[in-house]
Amino acid sequence: MNNSVLILGAASDIGIAIAEKYASKGYHLLLAARNITRLTALQSDLQIRYKISCSLLEFDAAAFSMHEKFWQSISNKPGIVISVIGYMKENDQVVASQNETLATIHSNFTGLVSLLNIIAADFAARKEGTIAGISSVAGMRGRQSNYIYGSAKAGFTAYLSGLRNKMYQYNVHVMTVLPGFVYTKMTEELNLPKLLTAQPKDVANAVFNGIQKRKNIIFVKWFWRWIMLIITSIPESIFKKKKL
Amino acid sequence: MKKKNIANWGNYPVIESEERTFSYTEDIQQYITSKKSFIARGNGRCYGDASLADDTLSTLKYDKVLSFDTEKGFFECQSGLTLDKILDIIVPTGWFLPVTPGTKFITIGGAVASDVHGKNHHIDGCFSAHIIEMDIACDEGKIITCSPTENTELFWATCGGMGLTGVILRVKFDLKKIETSYIKQKQVKAKNLEEIIALFEECKHYTYSVAWIDCLKKGKGFGRSILILGEHATINDLPANKKNDPLKLPKKKQITFPFNLPSFVLNKMTVSIFNFLFYGKNFKREINNVVSYEPFFYPLDAILHWNRGYGKKGFVQYQFVLPLESKQGLVEILKKISDKGLGSFLAVLKVFGNQDDLISFPMKGFTLALDIPVRKGLFEFLDELDQLVLSYGGRLYMSKDARMKPEVLKAGYKRLPEFLSIIKKYNPNGKFSSIQAERLQLVKK
Repeated sequence: MNNSVLILGAASDIGIAIAEKYASKGYHLLLAARNITRLTALQSDLQIRYKISCSLLEFDAAAFSMHEKFWQSISNKPGIVISVIGYMKENDQVVASQNETLATIHSNFTGLVSLLNIIAADFAARKEGTIAGISSVAGMRGRQSNYIYGSAKAGFTAYLSGLRNKMYQYNVHVMTVLPGFVYTKMTEELNLPKLLTAQPKDVANAVFNGIQKRKNIIFVKWFWRWIMLIITSIPESIFKKKKL
Repeated sequence: MKKKNIANWGNYPVIESEERTFSYTEDIQQYITSKKSFIARGNGRCYGDASLADDTLSTLKYDKVLSFDTEKGFFECQSGLTLDKILDIIVPTGWFLPVTPGTKFITIGGAVASDVHGKNHHIDGCFSAHIIEMDIACDEGKIITCSPTENTELFWATCGGMGLTGVILRVKFDLKKIETSYIKQKQVKAKNLEEIIALFEECKHYTYSVAWIDCLKKGKGFGRSILILGEHATINDLPANKKNDPLKLPKKKQITFPFNLPSFVLNKMTVSIFNFLFYGKNFKREINNVVSYEPFFYPLDAILHWNRGYGKKGFVQYQFVLPLESKQGLVEILKKISDKGLGSFLAVLKVFGNQDDLISFPMKGFTLALDIPVRKGLFEFLDELDQLVLSYGGRLYMSKDARMKPEVLKAGYKRLPEFLSIIKKYNPNGKFSSIQAERLQLVKK
């Protein structure tokens, strides 16, 4: 275990922001993404700016058979693992295509479970470590506009909650992050309400502080907790009639 | 599709645009092939309508440092990186930007597209003089590397070319060695225009020089100015308490201009009072001191959104250059401005050194820049000034411009036809085009 952080899905806007936050605090970085040639610019940037070491690892959440090997290939195991992987396409498109449906479920849920099981077992044996997963408020209630992504995230949220419960006895910290709206490439085409929308940098700060303080579940902007409380309290008989 | 209102630093004009971002080189190639026409946009610190279009592509997420050779002083980065972030990296290692404009909140892509100049133009030239090589994503997403020795026509049409050759992606340039992060500054008061012109000549060996000039003062004090000179301080120049950390970065303290000032606040009287105080604050004829690089190069960056001081209607910055032998033209133009009562805070006068590039703004001579709030009758007046500038062999700076007529550009830039033929070659379908490029008839769509 050492002063390093593994970021899964480092090529995303939130991944870049988290990488930069940890680099600025002097952590060494392991950046994992499907296509690591994309990450060479970020790698040189962080090394030059913050004088830390930064290595790139190829990782595909849907390539289940590679997950064991992926973790074994890391010789110096990181003390913190943060999953930023998220995959969201327009819901109707996803429903219409089995490939898209499975890609959404594997990237947001099953692929992560497969890898985090391996990592959690290792951390449990060492009796230390932190696992943080970026899930989504979309997983707190299924809506017609986003229920494939939402249900995968719901699964991931439930997994993290159970994992936290299990890992407590091994001194391994598990944190769930529910960011609400964030300005990223993924949401660039959406009209997001400014007040409710965070910047990737806000997510990075919240994740860093949450891990420092060993928080369990964090919302990046505090009011999302209350918005979701209201949304989840609407009776199903009413909710099902709403266009949400 | 999602549109938002955007404007550059002058807040004039404001247009609706669909703005996209990109973080990776593959994404830009895909964007280029998918759009009919758009313009790349950095931090929006040019003043007028360059970098405005119905579709804009923000480079701000394409901002990674690619390499930094601390021995040789080479720096290589993606185009969306801003100068303030570069300074944070290079200054503590004993390097400085070879050329910097009056704000550090511009991107490297913008520095190239405007071919920016600084207080050291007479010694070090424009930013383009320090570029080692760069990559441009041209029509159909083809990435072309160019430099002063490779694909030279693309290189020279890109420096000062307002983004019309393609999207600037990667820039490698050289830095200036410094011993300390401080500037040895000298300020000299000049009673009138004659005196300030003589002072520029007398002080031309200084690396940095610029003058603030009071455009409203008439009569004997016509053209009264403060000349500001500077050299990078050596360790020996520093007071004892600064010697142990000579390359210290200045503290980041900024205040934000909270709202748009109502337009009536800026009038001839308030500007006269400001100018009187600004000139009067230097009691002695000459002041010598050592200051951090920040207040010397970037005095206005301390106030975020200072452009709001010009009100909601926005302002234009009028910047022209006249050949050195056209001193009479400078007098005539200044007189016209002071008669009209259009003086601004901090009209800035500088003497440029030699330069004769394809489309870059500077040429050997006097350059004057002044901010003027947009109001009724202003554009007609500026059209008259344009004619004066042209009659003395001068020209206007496209990065500041929001209103000049295409004939004015054509008459001022002698090598414009050559520039246009290169644009035609690399941007044959008008893929890269701004509302400025359309207004100035630089690109056919």
